[in-house]
Amino acid sequence: MSPAATEKILTRNFGRPDSHTLKAYLETGGYTALPKALTMEPPAIIDAVKRSNLRGLGGAGFPTGTKWSFIPKGHTGPVYLVINADEGEPGTFKDRYLLERDPHALIEGMLIAARAIGSTLAFVYIRGEYVESWRHVSAAVGEAYEAGYLGRGLDVVVHRGAGAYICGEETGLISSLEGKKGWPKLKPPFPAIKGAFGAPTIVNNVETICHVPHIINRGAEWFASLGTKTQGGTRMYSVSGRVTRPGVYETSVAVTLRQLIYEYAGGVTGNGRLKAVVPGGSSAAILTADEIDVTMDVDGLKAAGTMAGSAGVIVLDETVSIPEALMVVARFYAHESCGQCTPCRESTGWIYEMTRRIVVGRGRKADLDTILDVARRGAGTTICAFYDGAVGPYISYIEKFRAEFESLIPK
Amino acid sequence: MPVEFTREQLGEVTRLQRLYPDRGGALLPVLHLAQEVFGYISEDVEKYVGTLFDLGPAHVHEVVTFYTMYFRRPRGRHVLSVCHNLSCHLMGAQEIIAHLTSRLGIELGETTDDGRITLLTVECLCACEMAPMLQVDDRYEGHLTVEKVERLVDRLA
Repeated sequence: MSPAATEKILTRNFGRPDSHTLKAYLETGGYTALPKALTMEPPAIIDAVKRSNLRGLGGAGFPTGTKWSFIPKGHTGPVYLVINADEGEPGTFKDRYLLERDPHALIEGMLIAARAIGSTLAFVYIRGEYVESWRHVSAAVGEAYEAGYLGRGLDVVVHRGAGAYICGEETGLISSLEGKKGWPKLKPPFPAIKGAFGAPTIVNNVETICHVPHIINRGAEWFASLGTKTQGGTRMYSVSGRVTRPGVYETSVAVTLRQLIYEYAGGVTGNGRLKAVVPGGSSAAILTADEIDVTMDVDGLKAAGTMAGSAGVIVLDETVSIPEALMVVARFYAHESCGQCTPCRESTGWIYEMTRRIVVGRGRKADLDTILDVARRGAGTTICAFYDGAVGPYISYIEKFRAEFESLIPK
Repeated sequence: MPVEFTREQLGEVTRLQRLYPDRGGALLPVLHLAQEVFGYISEDVEKYVGTLFDLGPAHVHEVVTFYTMYFRRPRGRHVLSVCHNLSCHLMGAQEIIAHLTSRLGIELGETTDDGRITLLTVECLCACEMAPMLQVDDRYEGHLTVEKVERLVDRLA
């Protein structure tokens, strides 16, 4: 299938000015998957999601159905469903579109997911800065209560964050939801065993859950057939930076990075010549101009030595300074490190300082190797994946563009 | 201003606390409410909010200082938060920031003498398709140019 011809599924209603309302959702086939799901036993729903090859679209790419199946069998206490709407990965903006333009798709997906995992109370954790998203989701939840979709077996609480990237990490999000600073928690226990408020909890990304009604309505095999062998469906790619048409593009996960940049986003601006691309949000290793013939699914990008992450594509043309770009990215990780683990807290700060001094022409000869050494030593030693995410850019920017860094360091 | 919610606001606090399996879950929402009511989160506000949750001031302080959206000092009537992350950087955020600091005569993190505007830089607000962009109070403004920022500042009372 040509990805360019892929049907729009999640974004099909975005053209309607009233797409966020219950009326619009109902007129376009909304809430028709729910009655089907209500006739299915929970294990059958989980099985369908497993067979669909839906993988988490927040960043980690974990198989969604498998995650759901981790809730302990025979558990009798409360189980929580938590929607991660704490979108924060630099270069990513797709969940904002779903929250603002199709919040009922999220609610219907939550109703089905909650049935699958046996939850009667769900939370939508929305980043504090997303005020418009919060308003639209709150209004949609109100409509859904009024119409009787919510309040009969599932209650939904819309929760606002307060500004911290780390709360997009699922256990950091849980800490924050519990009213604490957003420090990630040691695993195990995994959230599915002991999560929010000590109860089994499933944390899923907004876009992931919005896919669920379509899987129930049109079948797991249909969904699986839209993607690659190991990942089903479409996903929403956020494309930004030096391109003609920055924006959200929904297409098959089998699309190539080249197609996204040149066919969907209209090609490269600046001097018109591609230098590098960040393919999956700032934590993904950078790709050079001759590494863009890769498919944009989780395993395709993994094979290319980077990651699909949150599918935020940032395009850099030849006029962009890579050391300056790394300085901006390193500043972000230094600012957002939560401070819990020493390797991350210390390294992110020092690596930012070192990239900054290189950019301003005060770098030292040993700096690049020191950054690489510090990055490699710290990887894998921390409680959460934040530092590993920082290491992706540190190493790839320097290794792939070393000469450019060296040219800034005084002889 | 005395640090105390009205009866109505206390009702809202109770409503928020009841939404969570443990009322502690309402701490962030209640701090948002406190900031709306008191303008910023002073140490007195931290102590007061702590009493509503039976939490010590240290716990509340730890939470308030962890997140970027709680202000611990008075802020301007409007807050301009300019994104300086990668996509906005590529599209000219530096020029916007330089223009705003010189136009307002303040450094980043400061408030104009007339109390009108607080100027901040922030990490990715996830609106990279409209880079360079900023948040003015609750609202996102994108595709910024120096002229557009100029008009935007003029309109803020």
